[in-house]
Amino acid sequence: MTHAAGGDRETGKDRFDLARLPWLRPLIYSRWPLFIARSVTLAGFVFTILVGLFGSPVGSHNFAIIFVWIAWWTALKLFFIPLGGRSWCSVCPLPMPGEWLGQGGLVSKTRKRLGLRLRWPRRLRGYWLQVGLFLVIGLFSAVTLTDPRVTAWILLSLILLAILLSLVYERRAFCTYLCPIGGFTGIYAQIAPVEVRVVNTAICAAHAEKTCYLECPWGVYPVALRDSSQCGLCLECLRVCPQDNIALNLRPFNSDLGAARRTQRLDEAFLALVMLGSALAFGAVFIGPWGILKNAALAIGSLPWLGYAAAFLTLNMAFLPAAFALAVWLAEKGSLRTAPFRRALANWSQALLPLGLFSWIAFTVSFALPKFSYITNALSDPLGQGWSLLGSAQVVVNADKFNLAPILQVAALLVGLYWSVNLAVNLAKTETGAPLALRKAAPLVAFSLLYTLLMLGLLVG
Amino acid sequence: MSLPASKRSRYLPWLVISLAGILILILPLPVQARDSTGHTFKVEARRFAYSPSILKVHPGDQVTIELTSQDVVHGLVVDGYDLEAQAEPGQTTRLTFTADRAGTFRLRCSVTCGSMHPFMIGKLQVGNNDLLWRGAGLALLLVLAGVWKGYQ
Repeated sequence: MTHAAGGDRETGKDRFDLARLPWLRPLIYSRWPLFIARSVTLAGFVFTILVGLFGSPVGSHNFAIIFVWIAWWTALKLFFIPLGGRSWCSVCPLPMPGEWLGQGGLVSKTRKRLGLRLRWPRRLRGYWLQVGLFLVIGLFSAVTLTDPRVTAWILLSLILLAILLSLVYERRAFCTYLCPIGGFTGIYAQIAPVEVRVVNTAICAAHAEKTCYLECPWGVYPVALRDSSQCGLCLECLRVCPQDNIALNLRPFNSDLGAARRTQRLDEAFLALVMLGSALAFGAVFIGPWGILKNAALAIGSLPWLGYAAAFLTLNMAFLPAAFALAVWLAEKGSLRTAPFRRALANWSQALLPLGLFSWIAFTVSFALPKFSYITNALSDPLGQGWSLLGSAQVVVNADKFNLAPILQVAALLVGLYWSVNLAVNLAKTETGAPLALRKAAPLVAFSLLYTLLMLGLLVG
Repeated sequence: MSLPASKRSRYLPWLVISLAGILILILPLPVQARDSTGHTFKVEARRFAYSPSILKVHPGDQVTIELTSQDVVHGLVVDGYDLEAQAEPGQTTRLTFTADRAGTFRLRCSVTCGSMHPFMIGKLQVGNNDLLWRGAGLALLLVLAGVWKGYQ
């Protein structure tokens, strides 16, 4: 098998196969670059846990808080997801130790493989557990985001859980069904301008061994990929395909969205709504001027915290889902051709994805720029012991000298709104045809506009 | 050389939307004419809030903030203004400046005061919040643009 040429491969319309670039090809087809990148992230992960446990208890002086919740979170929301979809998953350290045990080697599989490799229970499939874990972390966010010990224990628990599950269940059960980050990364990966796809499906149909499926750590069969939500971009399928028939494509944004979906699964819709609700809640708690809200979110177990928890859960699990369901009901009622309500909910939820991703980008910008100094300070004094290893422990870097953060936030919200409205109209067009599309899409357009105005008020009001 | 009619009808709405967007961005919003005055705010800082948390003034006003800490050492910086003050517990620090930049600016604590310190935030509102209103106007315009694009 050779992966040297690749010059005669054909990709679809509006696609460019990155594996055709001669300088990039060796990096894609070798396992070493990814192994090295993952080793670096794992080392950083272990260091973060140790610093979280034994460094300064003050969050803004502790590497664990600064690097997880400011540096990594910003990189995830501003670069990895919008530009690379699940690209973070390809270098994430959480599944690594379990995967090494499971494959019996660090880079390639050996015969000394450990684990039961059971199938994940059917009843627990979908995004439900990931939504639940995300909501739990959100409930305790004021502590999670500010207490280094809590952050360290959460990271430790997640990696232990990932190892345990990899020893019991096949493939990446933790990443696919439990990781609270993997859920929203997956749904938003449908927006990103990158995908792994088969070049010629006829070649795959004629290939009996299905090497790509057998070797995929995620259990994905590339021919069956309809969207990028479940592809972890590890690129193992490209490496093992004996026909060199899989491409790593650049594509237009939102390529996975806009086509009518026949599914009746509501987990993706619910996750998309929870992401919208949490962006609103976190915007109010962390960026708003209301001290009473911050203190309520922080005082876990107290009466004010119970009130905060009730409001947070009501917003995410009742209010927004009810508002969205009403919009979908009105949309369906206002058109001649209606779909079963569950399918309509699942179908229309696609339009929430750009709105959600860009709301999170806007929220992230609000603290990433003003708090940029924390990163240079933490690099120089990771344990918060008063060191200045790089001479930058006390240096204040004003990354937003011209107060651009609010303008960038508005711009991000507007991009999300535009794409969501555009998607809603496209979806309506596929269902009813152009003449009635606006009437059908109007409730969803109104939902998106109201949400955007709320976020605008919270972030720059 | 003129564009064919089909291309004209395709690009004309985008031209109109772009012009409307530029107008929303540059048209001056109505402001109430008034003389500059002085404002003194007694601001109490305690974990993790300022009280009052929202200070409203007009462009050109002379602003004095008397910052008092109720618990630990707190600071105060204003996004977009090169200002900083720190207050020891029980002591008052005075900060005086001219509100010469219009808009809404975040007040932030500049001294590590506890776990929620990075999120101890207040607001200084100088005149109209133009960014909010222009943002809302652009949102309405982009709804039209999104609908139009969907129909194309």
